[in-house]
Amino acid sequence: MNTLTIAWKSIRQRRIASLLTALSVALGVTLMISVLVINGVIDRMFNQTASGYDLIVGPKGSALQLVLNTVFRVGAPIENLPYRYYTELQKDPRVKEAIPFAIGDVTQKGGFPIVGTIPRYFALEYIPGRHFRINKEGKFLPGTWDSVIGSAVAKQNNWKMGDEFSLIHGSAESGHVHDEKFKIVGILAPTGTPNDRTVFVNLRGFYQVSGHEKPLEEAIRREAAFFGEKVDEEKLKAQLKESAEHDHHDHSGHDHGHDHGHEVPDAQKEVTAILVQMKGDRLRGFSSIKFQSELKEGNQAQAVNPIQQISWLMTNIVGNIRTMLIVLTSLIIVVSGVGIFVSIYNSMSDRKREIAIMRALGAGRATVFAIILSESVLLCLGGGILGMILGHGLVFIAAPIIEARSGLLIDPFAFSSTELILLPILVVLASLVGFIPAMTAYRTDVASTLSD
Amino acid sequence: MSLLLENVKKSYREPDGSTLPILDIERFEIKDKEQVVLIGESGSGKSTLLNVISGITAVDSGKITIAGTEIASMAEVVRDRFRAERIGFVFQTFNLLPAFSALENVLLGMSFSRKKPSRERAKELLALVGLEHRLNHHPKQMSVGEQQRVAVARALANQPRLLLADEPTANVDIANQQTILELLRDACTQNQIAMLLVTHSQEVAKQFERVETLTEFNKVHARV
Repeated sequence: MNTLTIAWKSIRQRRIASLLTALSVALGVTLMISVLVINGVIDRMFNQTASGYDLIVGPKGSALQLVLNTVFRVGAPIENLPYRYYTELQKDPRVKEAIPFAIGDVTQKGGFPIVGTIPRYFALEYIPGRHFRINKEGKFLPGTWDSVIGSAVAKQNNWKMGDEFSLIHGSAESGHVHDEKFKIVGILAPTGTPNDRTVFVNLRGFYQVSGHEKPLEEAIRREAAFFGEKVDEEKLKAQLKESAEHDHHDHSGHDHGHDHGHEVPDAQKEVTAILVQMKGDRLRGFSSIKFQSELKEGNQAQAVNPIQQISWLMTNIVGNIRTMLIVLTSLIIVVSGVGIFVSIYNSMSDRKREIAIMRALGAGRATVFAIILSESVLLCLGGGILGMILGHGLVFIAAPIIEARSGLLIDPFAFSSTELILLPILVVLASLVGFIPAMTAYRTDVASTLSD
Repeated sequence: MSLLLENVKKSYREPDGSTLPILDIERFEIKDKEQVVLIGESGSGKSTLLNVISGITAVDSGKITIAGTEIASMAEVVRDRFRAERIGFVFQTFNLLPAFSALENVLLGMSFSRKKPSRERAKELLALVGLEHRLNHHPKQMSVGEQQRVAVARALANQPRLLLADEPTANVDIANQQTILELLRDACTQNQIAMLLVTHSQEVAKQFERVETLTEFNKVHARV
C-alpha cells in the first residue's frame, strides 16, 4: 500500500468534505477552462481572419468599426464609397488586387450577414496558407443571383445546394424582405472564421436587389461631392431622362426576379469596403504604409491595416478583459485551495491518532508528511481534472449557443495550450495549502497521542 | 538474545522546567523466542518502556539491542524503519484504521517496511487468526474480538523478531480474552518471535513462565 493509496483511503473516509472541497476546485477550474478556451478562440479569430489582404479601404470614420464590420461582420458599416472609387483603386499600379465588399442586409432565416462581393475574394487566403474550399459541386458565385454560404449557415439553416433564400433589408429588425431570391451554388468548408457565418452573394446581384441602387440624381451628386467635382446639370438631366425611359421599359416588360437582369449603372453602386492587396513581397509593408498615409491626407477615404486595429483591440480591450477574467478565476482557484487547507487542517485533530498509529507501525515522519500532502494534491488534482471535464463540457454545450448569439465561432473541442500548465499549478497550490497540515502530521507526538 | 536493555534512562521535562524520571533500568533482557509478561502499577512506566523499546520514544541514555541491533543510537528515521521491519505492536485499543478493511489494515502494517506488501501473506495471516471470511470488512463492522485479531495479524505482518503487546486483552470480552492470548502465544511460538506482553491481569500473567514486575527492575520506582 503506497502513500497515494493511503491518502486516497483517507479522502474516501471523509467523502462528503472531500467531495465538496474538490468540487470547489473543480468549479474554479471550470471557469478557468471556459475563459482560456474562449480567450483562445477570440485570439485565433482576431489573429487569423485578416491575412489575404494588406489593407481595408473604407469611408472616413472609425478605423476599428471598419475592421469589425468588414472582417468580423459585426456592427454597422460606417458609410459607403462610390463604386467608381473602387474601379479607380483597381487601376492604381501599386495595387495587386482590390476586392469590393457590399455589406448591409441579413438573411431572412437566421439573420446571417450578407456580403456582396466578387468571385476573386475566394482566391485570397482566409488565414495564412489556407484557401477557401468549397463542396464538390460548388461554384464561387458565377451568376448574378448566385450565393455561396458559410458552413455554419448551412448547418444552422439546414440549407442545401440549389436552395433559395430572401434577404431582409438592413438589419433583421427592419423586417423589410426583398423580393429577389438568391440561389445557393456553393457551401464553404469550415474555416473557423466569421466567413463560416456569412452569406456571400454575387455583387452584381446585390446591386440589382430592389432598393440597393441609389436614386440616380442623389448618386451622381454624392459621387461628384466625394471626388470634389462639379455636377454638369445638363448631362445630369439627360441621364435622368434616359434612366426614366429605361425604367419604364423595364417594368412593363419584366417582373422583378431572377431573370430581370437589369444592369445598375456604376454611378448608382456603392461599396462598403475594399480589401486591398499590395504588389510586391519585400516592399509590401512599406508600400502599404505609404498608401495608407496618402489616403489619410485626402478627405475621401481611409485605408486601415486590419492587423494593427486587431492588435490594438486585443491589447487595449480584449487583453484587459482576458487578464481580468484570468485573475478572477485564479482567485477562485486560490480560494478553493484555501478550502482544501481548511478541510484538511480541521480534520487533523481527528486524524492525529491515525497518524500516530501509522508512525507506531513504522511510518517515518516524512511518510506521514507525504500522505497528508498527497491528500491535498489528490483533492486539488481530482478537482482540477473534474473541472477540466466540466469546463470542456460547458464549452461543448455553450459553443452553439454563443455562436448563435454572438457570431463567435467556438470549436466545442477547443483546447488551450495554457491548460497544460494548469495541473502543475494545481500541484504547487496543493503543496502550499497542504504544507501546514502535513507539518502537523510530521510533528505528531506518537507516544502521547496513543496514550490519550 | 531478542531484547537487551542496558542502563536505559528516560525522563520527561515538567512544565515547571523540572525533570521527571520515568525509567532507570540497569539491565533487562528477553531471550530468543521467549515470552515474557510485564506487570506493574498504573503510572509505573510500562507504556514508556514499550515506547522506548519500539523506538517511538528516544531514550536519554543507555543501549537497547533488538535481535543484535542497537537502536537507541540510531537516527529516528532508521529507527522507524527498524520498527516497521523488526517489531510487531499490539495495542490495548486495537488501533485499526477505520477507513481500511481488515485486509487493508494488515497490508498497511507491511507498507512501511522495505519489503513489498503481499496480499497473499495478508490473507494467510487473517486466515491464521480465523478471519478469512472477514477480509473486506471494516473495523466498525467487526466485533472487538475480531478487531483485536486483525491487530494481531497486522503485528505479525512483517515477520518481526519481537512482538510488543500492550494490554491486548483488556478491551476484549472474557470469551475472547483467552482466544486472543492463545493466538498471540501460538503465533509467536510458530514464528519464533520473542514477546513482551504488558498486562494488569493476574489471569493472563499466570499462564506465562516468566513474569516481570517493572517496579522491581526500574530503579525510579524502586526508589519510590
